[in-house]
Amino acid sequence: MEILLAIVIGAAFGAVLDRIGASNPTVIGKMLNLTSLKLMKTILLAIGTGSILMFGGQMLGLVDVGHMSVKTAYVGVFIGGLLLGAGWAVAGFCPGTGLVAAASGRKDALFFIAGGLLGAAAYMASFPWVESTGALQGVLGGKVTIGAVPGSGYDGLFSALPGDIAGLVMGAAFVVIAFALPERLNPRGERLARAH
Amino acid sequence: MTLSWKSGGVLLGVVFFLAVLLVKPIGVSTQFVIFDGILWNAVDSAVVTQTAEGVTSSNAYLAKSDGKYAKAVANPLNYSFVFVIAMMLGAAVSVWARGGLDRAERTMPALWRANFGDGAGKRYLAAFIGGFVVLYGARLAGGCTSGHMMSGMMQTSISGYIFALGAFAAAIPTAMMLYKEG
Repeated sequence: MEILLAIVIGAAFGAVLDRIGASNPTVIGKMLNLTSLKLMKTILLAIGTGSILMFGGQMLGLVDVGHMSVKTAYVGVFIGGLLLGAGWAVAGFCPGTGLVAAASGRKDALFFIAGGLLGAAAYMASFPWVESTGALQGVLGGKVTIGAVPGSGYDGLFSALPGDIAGLVMGAAFVVIAFALPERLNPRGERLARAH
Repeated sequence: MTLSWKSGGVLLGVVFFLAVLLVKPIGVSTQFVIFDGILWNAVDSAVVTQTAEGVTSSNAYLAKSDGKYAKAVANPLNYSFVFVIAMMLGAAVSVWARGGLDRAERTMPALWRANFGDGAGKRYLAAFIGGFVVLYGARLAGGCTSGHMMSGMMQTSISGYIFALGAFAAAIPTAMMLYKEG
């Protein structure tokens, strides 16, 4: 049953990533140099939609809180984020969209995947050293959400806040930001748009 | 056909929600490790071993969290690995259904061509190095754009916000320096 779900949800995810342009490095590059923020609006709206459905469903008792999976916060999350961000800008791919792009027929994505497999192997080899630096030690309480979500087993960073309500508010905030964000912040985009 | 940001955003959000509703939050980058492990174990079968306590590995990273990754290497037909394969198939069908990818795009994206010219070798090298840095970073962070940024922030997980902050803090200046044309 679980394998069937993996096939259905996975295929839907891949198709949607293709149709929003997330696996096209031109779209990623123009989002990151701030000349076209359409994909940013898509991502923000998706996070907001997901949050509202999940936390709303939990509050109505329709969604199993036990399915939540919160990752630990540690210094390496930020450093790893910086590395991923730099590589994302250069290649135009992140791990998921690189695979999607290769499946779409992009040859450069095959080189991204080869580099990625080597990068992952390098991490496997250097893991004991990374661990010894303390960069993987939990900070800010480790596996925490903004507020404690009832029944999730995870603590809240702000323990007085009800986590499900905080989740709904954050979800709504992401939706509002998605609508409020202009399509471009970098004026160069406007000039280019006119030129085309 | 490309979706508008509104319908695309809602659809993507629904997919992330369905994953949490039915199974667990979406994540991808771990599967690069699992695939590495499968290749490595095929060359040297001593990498992943079965003990009385369960599956473990001679590699400390594969063996961590009670051999969670080692177990996935030993049994690739698990949810997360199949999910990633299905993601690729879904994308391939979607591209085919919208008439396939432009021939020029198959070698390199238009934005790259506008800034760095037609040389395929240069683009492939950049993609390779980018891939190395992205996956090293994703594994150090314990997740990627899917697992940390989307699934994480959707659950109001603090690690998700920290990751997104780091990713955009590096990605935006890098892209602004690299892509000045087109």
